[in-house]
Amino acid sequence: MRGRGRLLVSPAVALLLVSSILPLVATIWFSLIDYRLLVPGTGRFVGLANYVHLLTDPSFGPTLVNTLLLIGMVLVVSIVGGLGMALLLERVVLGRGVLRLLVISPFFVMPPVSALLWKNLLMQPVAGFFAWVSSLFGLRAFDWFARAPLASIGLIVSWQWLPFACLILLTSLQSFDREQREAAQLDGASAFVIFRQLVIPHLARPIAIVVMMETIFLLSLFAEIFVTTGGGRGSSNLAFLVYSQAMVRYDVGAASAAGIVAVVFANVLAFFLVRAVGRSLDA
Amino acid sequence: MHRGRLSTIGAGAGAWLAAIAIAFPLLWALLTSFKTELEAAAYPPSFVNFSWTLDNYRAALGGGEYFAALWNSLLIAGGSSALALLVAVPAAWAMAFAPTRRTRGLLLWMLSTKMLPPVGVLIPIYLFYRDWNLLDTVSGVAILLAAGNLPIAVWMLFSNFKEVPAEILEAARMDGALLLQELGLVLAPMALPGLASTFFLIFTLAWNESFWTLNLTSTDAAPLTAFIAAFSSPQGLFWAQLSAVSMLSVAPVLAIGWLCQRQLVRGLTFGAVK
Amino acid sequence: MRSVWMLLPALMLAGCSPHRTGQTILTVATVNNGDMVRLKELGKEFERTHPGIHLKWLVLEENVLRQRVTTDIAIRGGQYDVVTIGAYEIPVWAKQKWLASLDDLPPSYRKDDLLPPIRAAVTYQGVQFAAPLNGEGTVTMYRTDLFSKAGLTMPATPTWEFLTQAAAKLNDPSHGVYGLCLRGKAGWGENMATIMTMANSYGARFFDEKWRPQFDTPEWRRTIATYVTALRQSGPPGAVANGFNENLAMFAQGKCAIWFDSTVALPFLSDPKTSKVAASTGFAPAPDEGLGRAANWLWTWGLAIPASSKKAAAAKIFIEWAAGPGYAKLVASRDGWLAVPPGTRKSLYDNPDYRRAAPFAAITLRAISAANPNDPAVKHVPYVGVQYVAIPEFQGIGTEVGQQFAAAVAGQVSAEDALAEAQAATKRQMAAAGYYK
Repeated sequence: MRGRGRLLVSPAVALLLVSSILPLVATIWFSLIDYRLLVPGTGRFVGLANYVHLLTDPSFGPTLVNTLLLIGMVLVVSIVGGLGMALLLERVVLGRGVLRLLVISPFFVMPPVSALLWKNLLMQPVAGFFAWVSSLFGLRAFDWFARAPLASIGLIVSWQWLPFACLILLTSLQSFDREQREAAQLDGASAFVIFRQLVIPHLARPIAIVVMMETIFLLSLFAEIFVTTGGGRGSSNLAFLVYSQAMVRYDVGAASAAGIVAVVFANVLAFFLVRAVGRSLDA
Repeated sequence: MHRGRLSTIGAGAGAWLAAIAIAFPLLWALLTSFKTELEAAAYPPSFVNFSWTLDNYRAALGGGEYFAALWNSLLIAGGSSALALLVAVPAAWAMAFAPTRRTRGLLLWMLSTKMLPPVGVLIPIYLFYRDWNLLDTVSGVAILLAAGNLPIAVWMLFSNFKEVPAEILEAARMDGALLLQELGLVLAPMALPGLASTFFLIFTLAWNESFWTLNLTSTDAAPLTAFIAAFSSPQGLFWAQLSAVSMLSVAPVLAIGWLCQRQLVRGLTFGAVK
Repeated sequence: MRSVWMLLPALMLAGCSPHRTGQTILTVATVNNGDMVRLKELGKEFERTHPGIHLKWLVLEENVLRQRVTTDIAIRGGQYDVVTIGAYEIPVWAKQKWLASLDDLPPSYRKDDLLPPIRAAVTYQGVQFAAPLNGEGTVTMYRTDLFSKAGLTMPATPTWEFLTQAAAKLNDPSHGVYGLCLRGKAGWGENMATIMTMANSYGARFFDEKWRPQFDTPEWRRTIATYVTALRQSGPPGAVANGFNENLAMFAQGKCAIWFDSTVALPFLSDPKTSKVAASTGFAPAPDEGLGRAANWLWTWGLAIPASSKKAAAAKIFIEWAAGPGYAKLVASRDGWLAVPPGTRKSLYDNPDYRRAAPFAAITLRAISAANPNDPAVKHVPYVGVQYVAIPEFQGIGTEVGQQFAAAVAGQVSAEDALAEAQAATKRQMAAAGYYK
């Protein structure tokens, strides 16, 4: 049994090994040399110089903090919002198909395009839709990207991931045992108590899955930042730092070093994450 | 009973309002795609009272590149998802029904392969692809996307398979079924919704993936993501055009999602499949 | 369902395009602005008259294109036979020996017809490396109706003081009109283009002869003070998110009284189909403080051939067709003279038909002729480039400095602190790059 299991797993492991270990090794190698695409004659071994330059950059600390803030923001908003939406959707019988489609639609738009649409059609303080809505209430338009760049980006990304969270939580809610809930209601328990004592634990597993999946994707988030603020003060995260080293400075050595630091950071984060939600992941 | 009905109606209204609020940016883009560029940038925004035009769609579809890009997108997203599933199903089966001490670690390792930001490995991968003539090919991109989505596929299938009662599989095995029969005739029908929804999820992720598809393709294998990048931020007004092109990119996935709704929703159940 | 999935891998492998026998296939990578999109459409005309050559096109947004092409050329990916690059890339890439020389283009290309600053921008150490397709300078655009209502007259050559004072007078947020629109979006090609051009007119320079950044000089302090104050007082809200396109949209909607930016905006603003205020748009030369340089800039997009390309001969035939004097006539016959790519050739501006169709021809010519990338500042500089510095490090440095100044406009940091941080960051980058210890 065990041998067969190993055999079945091996194609997946092989594919992942090749597609992740090889690039990882190459990245480590590149991080130890001075390789700038646009400058002639670079390619010497420089040891840890790239790492030193990266870690002593004054903007490095804030970048790490921003990465965590962004992930935290999106997790909270998408899960809470998704749960709320799922609770509402659960009670609906008419037109459920159309409703589901509406709710899941943000997930289908290309991320850079969503960011562009949000930034220019909705959030633009002079001609955007939100500006028009606030003018109806007699308020001045909020300058999203100047006053709260990270939160604005967080809002856009939460919008993209809310459908995912909502759908997973919804189907989990729908599979929740009716009999248990009715029995509790007959026993006189209020809706709130039922929710807290019965529903939340039942949702622990899907929430854990959503948290793990979203975190993995959010760690590499950079397209939305590139399109909206271009990584300005207070809105650059680690993945964007890697991007700006690679694609703006064309410094492959520095980008590789930043990539390795990103991997280390992600692993540390995952360690804590698994400690927190890991138990819910196993049956 | 009255209170029950009122709260249901209230919940229904609330659900509709919330759903429209969530879909609003997309609906707004849909509306914008029928405006002229000047109208699209106008303030206060116009809702119904403007001259509706199909020019943006005509400009996007004329020239035939949309269809070539659509075809490439279908090939890349479909092919990579099929490959990922092909490899993930056996792996998930083994992890769900023949777990070892290493299984949890293996699952977590698979997820950890997604921790290196793709942009950091662009140069090594580009060099590799150049040497193996994989640049600007559908298969080249599809393999990479399959590897990228494989951890997600394994995770979701693993969770789905865990919901399948092991007794049924064991019963089949005791009746003398081979592994292939067990997988194909017993497991697959029960887990079909799970397979469908996993496929749909990674299909969508591959459809919208905009880093590798932009950097590893140029003309032959360019999918819709590259097509959209051609309409983004040219000099001048472009919101109506970009909205139209985005609608054309979202529509195919939305259509597939609408058609396979019931299967997909059943497949996302991480609870009981009675 | 499953069988369909099985078919897909087979279809994928079959997805290679058929090879046309006997034809040379040229892959052209270009930007997605109007001139290039038209070039792509007219490419069918080229294929008709040159049946031995087939064109494949990659059209992308500027930033994505630059990343794509730079990566490919730097590691010799060989994906492109003809690339569209800008004035910034030409000296940097030529120094890297990434480009093929275009000195042997046939005489019909008429090299001498190129406007001198444009020709200087595409030449490195005496060799031409790119064939310019279009060129741009700067211009001050303003609303003639708002000016006359306020009793203001635009002088023959404005100064920054005049513009900022006029902007303050015309600033009327309650009616949705903002006095002065400038690029505020952070980026070496966005707000830094405007800021560096302003700095040139104030007598400042980016680096001195020893490559030391000059943000601690009084000239830069004056520049940033003017820029930040003007935008904060008379600029639109959200100015730090506005690049060229956003400002163009606002001016076309009638929301800007004055806009200082590129001459490429002029065709859009003069056309009633793309501008609500086409009838009341006036233009004046770029501001001049009388210190020796006006606030002019120079940019050109040109076609170049990667040095490693094996199809250089066919590529040169295409380039001669696309960038030669005959192309203008082709465009004019199809779409009218207004559609001809501006700013590269004397012959275009000598043509009376063009001058009649394009009322802004004269000011565009004047703007381009006033800029000199080889001698952009009042004081001597070690670099080439008017609103950019043609060194590889500039993309990163320019963007970082641009972010500092955008933060100053957004009120997150004072102008002095922004200058100090810009100075420190630039020094750090230049030292790391080996310009000095």
